[in-house]
Order: sequence, then structure tokens, then C-alpha cells
Amino acid sequence: MSTFVEKLKAYSKPGYYDEFDYHWTMTIDLDRCTGCEACVVACQAENNLPIVGEKRIARNREIKWIRIERYWEGDFPDVKMGFIPMLCQQCDDAPCETVCPVFATYHNQDGLNTQIYNRCIGTRSCAIYCPYEVRYFNWFTYTWDEPLEQQLNPDVSVREKGVMEKCTFCIQRIRIAKDKAKDDDQRRVRDGEVVPACVQGCPTEAMVFGDSNDPEAKVSKMMKNPRGYAVLEELNTTPSIVYLKKAHA
Amino acid sequence: MKAQETMFDQGQPSYADVNKDVLSSMLETGPRYWVLLGTTMSVAVICFFMPWVYQLFVGIGAAGMNRNAVWGTYISNFIFWIGLSHSGTLLSAVLHITNSQWRKSIYRSAEAMTLFSLMTAALFIMVHVGRVWFVHWTFPIPNPMGLWPNFRSPLMFDVMAITTYLTASSIFIYMGSVPDFAAVRDASTGLRRRLYTIFSFGWRGTAKEWHTLGWAYTFFAVFVIPLAVSVHSIVSWDFALSIVPGLHHTIFAPYFVCGAIYSGTAGIVTVMYCLRKFLGFEKYIGQVHLDNLGKLLIALSLIWSYINILELFSTWYGGTSFEIEALKFRLTGFYAPLYWEMILFCAFVPLLMLFKKFRLSWNKMLVISILINIGMLTERFIIVATSLPRKFLPNAFGFYFPSWVEISITIGSFAIFATLFLIFIKWVPAVSIYEVKETLKPLRRDA
Repeated sequence: MSTFVEKLKAYSKPGYYDEFDYHWTMTIDLDRCTGCEACVVACQAENNLPIVGEKRIARNREIKWIRIERYWEGDFPDVKMGFIPMLCQQCDDAPCETVCPVFATYHNQDGLNTQIYNRCIGTRSCAIYCPYEVRYFNWFTYTWDEPLEQQLNPDVSVREKGVMEKCTFCIQRIRIAKDKAKDDDQRRVRDGEVVPACVQGCPTEAMVFGDSNDPEAKVSKMMKNPRGYAVLEELNTTPSIVYLKKAHA
Repeated sequence: MKAQETMFDQGQPSYADVNKDVLSSMLETGPRYWVLLGTTMSVAVICFFMPWVYQLFVGIGAAGMNRNAVWGTYISNFIFWIGLSHSGTLLSAVLHITNSQWRKSIYRSAEAMTLFSLMTAALFIMVHVGRVWFVHWTFPIPNPMGLWPNFRSPLMFDVMAITTYLTASSIFIYMGSVPDFAAVRDASTGLRRRLYTIFSFGWRGTAKEWHTLGWAYTFFAVFVIPLAVSVHSIVSWDFALSIVPGLHHTIFAPYFVCGAIYSGTAGIVTVMYCLRKFLGFEKYIGQVHLDNLGKLLIALSLIWSYINILELFSTWYGGTSFEIEALKFRLTGFYAPLYWEMILFCAFVPLLMLFKKFRLSWNKMLVISILINIGMLTERFIIVATSLPRKFLPNAFGFYFPSWVEISITIGSFAIFATLFLIFIKWVPAVSIYEVKETLKPLRRDA
């Protein structure tokens, strides 16, 4: 009986783990962000995102795992524009994970909210439950015109129609780094060894990525910045992305 | 006893009449039936299955959904059909337990309605999901992946609830039909006789058999009632357990259950009209049924309106900006005309039934019942189309409008329902022979 109670208690914890092995976290400094969309392009190239075409973008069916959201403040002519890069927040209490009937999306021991394409049956309920709207559905099977298919990343699967996809924090790079660290005398992954495509592509170094379980990591120091906040914090999804507010708008 | 006398508008039929009338509706098939069946079948194939096959090849992109509105008409139709299924078995069970006499001539077709609308609803799940060829992964069947379904998911609850409800209501309707299958067996010859011998489990009508049937039937009636309530609660949780503004309400479960029974009861009135008109059951379906169903509809419409007001009030009182924005869009946005149409059809039109003149007229009741179901169909559409594309981040606000594939499949689903029902009336007596006989006053020799 007691083991049952313990199991039940363990089950109610986010992601079922007390502490993640690694806790991959990202900070995005909005003061540094220029909205150049280099991250969007980098992501497109790294993760085999389909080129959906003009018509489908007009119908709101684009697939961009990271997007730059624009907001305007004030009325013309006193208009100020603000922008915020929006990508999967890798929530610790992710609403999308509870709703998937087939466990296509779940939390792994690295604190990542993973998506398994082969298991997805396409109920699209995860996208409904996600408050950040960062899940993208494959409405069609997309093809790449020659010679674009030559640049497909062999480390990332190409998705077929009917499955959901989203930002993975470039899990293929995390896997490679972890494998290397394991071969290298079972050490832990060092700070800066994993760099997702968007972070790599950012010209102003607005994004910092790392393991927040490591107090010495750059990302852990950035997180302590008093400008830090999480988007839609009041929903208690406990996102893994910390945004640093613009100091003066 | 009064209800008993008024159940038959055109005088009480004799025992032999009951058998003859009901069985002839089954055994004698005119050209009109074949034309009707052919029409509904071809509409089902052309409007439902052909667009679906097209969608299977192209991808869900054939429908009008997009990044912000990933659920659309398929889900709203799914809720509608589940809702329509709610009255049949539930009403039949409740009325059986309360021992209502007027139930006996309408319950069989009401239960059939439950069965077929559940099947249509299940079809919509198939149409909705992105990879229908893997839909069996939602069932707890051992598979090579060694993976169990996610029991935390409201969608998983749905699978469980709907399959249980479908099984229970199938058993319920079958069990109630066994003595009637025996009546068909006795009246027929050849292959049909042999078939119905199997269907009726060799029913002979001994006292012990009647006793067992009565006991089992009441057991299932009690079993089915909480089941029916749970099914639509769970369907509502698909929405209410999310954090989408405009859907994250605790009132949703009772709201959906009430709406489901409401639309189901209106559906029964429509089906009764057709049975009377096309199968000649004027003798058995009469004023008393209309009157009682009308009263039930008024009560349900009042509850429904009350819950609607509550929903608006608690949203407004809560006052969070997301909820207020969702409310504003619903009441004044693009789909506002649909919203007010729903209020008109479901809250105000049914009040006409307060007058006996409306309640006792078949034509007027037919119009009202169809209007109610149009209102309920749009209610489900509004829930999906106004809340889901507009959640939290204004930059990601979208818009949803159904494509021709979705509209065609919606039309086709009604044809599927009609086809199933038409097949049903030729296989199962649409009016319960033995239970109607129970309500007849015993004939005296000098009468």
C-alpha cells in the first residue's frame, strides 16, 4: 500500500522526476534581439522544416518552430514596435503532454518536452492545449524541389502528413554531445558543448542555452537577472525559457 | 390509466393488429423505400466517403483548418452526433424505471437513433485524426511498441466512455428486441425464419424467460443512465480540461449533458415524425408522445438557457482579459450572427411549445425540433470556431472557416445516419410489439 502511495506521489510530480538529469534551459535577452529572423532561418535549415509555399502561408499553414512575434504599441504616428521570439517553451508542466492519448509527446529526463513523430496519430489536441501556439501540424506531405533535398539534415527525420511537430531544442545535437561525453569517460556535458541552431545563428548573442542544473553554466547566471520573466507565467506551465525584459521600451 | 387511454389516437388496436402493423412495416417493402435508401446511400458515398478518400490522399490540409484553428467542423460535428445519441437510450432507460406507459411505442427507434448517431460520431473521429491508419493505438491493445495509452488524457477517457456506451446501448436495444425477433420468426419463412431463430435465441415466451428478460432489462436501464451522463461530461472535458479562454469552465460538463439530451430529444421528435409519416405508425405514435416530449423540451430549453446565462455571467465576473476577449469575440465578432441564431433557436423558439396548440401539432413540432437541432449544431461549431483560434498570444490569433470538404462531409454524415436508420427499420421492428401489447387493455369477451 505504501509503495502505491509513493508511486502516486511520484506520478503527480511534473515529468515524474524530482530533478532532471540535465535541465536544458534558454534565456532570450529582448534587449539584444533585433528581430532579424536569423534564428528562424537557422532552424529551418537544421530541422528539415518544409517549404510550404506562399499560398499555404497565406492560409496560415506555415511551419516555423521559432517565429518572431510582432506587437505594436500606441496609435499612429506614435507607434512603437516590439517583438519577441516565440518557440516551444519546453514547459515542465506542459498541458500538451497530459492530453496526448498515445504518449506521442512526453517529458524526458533532460527536462525536454519531446515529440515522437512515429507515434503521433494526429488528434492535434496538443496544439489546442498549448497556450503558446508553438505546435505545427503537417497538413500535407511536403516535398523539396531539387537541389534543396540535398541540404536535408540526415540527423533529423522528415515528417509525413498527419503528424504534429515542434521545437525540440535541437535534440539531435544534445544526443551527439551526450554520446561524446559518455565516450569521454562518462563525464557530464560541459557548458557550451550543445548549441541549438537558433542560438548558433543569433548575430547578437541574444539567446543563451545550457543546463540550468549546473550553477556555473552561463544560462544559470543569466536566469538570475532581475529582468527575467516567463511568458504567460500565470498559467503555471513553468516554461524552460526565460525572457529578459527590454530595459526601456 | 389516463395516459394509457390517450396513447392511441385512433382507438385501441387488437393484439393481432399490433403484430400485423409492425411486421408489415418490416416485411413489406415498396419501391419508395428502395428509392429512399438508394438516395441516402449515394449521398453518403458522394458527400462523405469520396471527399474523405480525397482527404486521406492529400492530407488533412484538404479541410479548412490551419495553424491556429487545428480543430474544426469535424470535432464540432462529433460533439453534435454524440449529443444526438444522448436522448434515446437515456430517455428510454429513465422512462422504463419510472414505468411510463407512453415510452413503449417510441423507445425502440429512439434507442436505434442513439446507436447510429454514436456510429456517425465515431466516423468523425476517424475523419478528424491525421493518421487514421494508426487510430487503434488509442486502444489498450498490447502492441510491439510495448506502449499503453495515456490514461491522463481526456481523449483517452473519450475512447473508453464512447466504446462502453456504444456496447451498453447495443446490448440494451438487442435485449429489448428479443421477443420481437421471435415474433418476426413466427411470421416468416425460409432463410429469414432461420436467421431470426438465431437472433431470438430460441425465445419461446415462457414465464421464466419473461422474468429473466424483465430483470436483465431493468438492470441495464439502471446501468446505462450514469453511463450516458458520463459520456457527454467526458466529451466536454476535451475542451474544459484545456486552459483555452472561453472553454476552461467548470460548468461545461452539465452544460454539455443538458445540451446533449436537449438536442437528442428534439431528434426523437423528428424521427417520430418520419416514422409516422413513412411507416404508417399513426396508431401507435400519438398526441400523448408529442405532448410529453414537448414538455420535456421546454424544461430542457430552460435549463440550457440558464446554463448559458451562467456561463456568460461567470466569464464577465471573472474579468480576466483573455476571457473577456473571448467573450467579446463570441458575442460581437465574425461568428456573432451564428451565436444569436443559436440563442433564438434554442432559447426562444422552444418557448412556443408552452402553448398546447404548438405542442400537439405534428408539423409545428417538426419545424421546432429541426430548428433546435440546427441551433445545437451551430452551438458546437461556435465553441470550436470562436475559442480555439484565439487563445492567448494576440499575434497568433487566427480564423477558421470550413472548406468544401468539411461542408460536404457534414452533409454526408446525415445521409449515413439516414442510411443506417433505413436499414434498421427493415431488420428490427421499429415499434416494440410486445411492449405495446402490454399497454393494451385486456379485451373482454362481450366487448
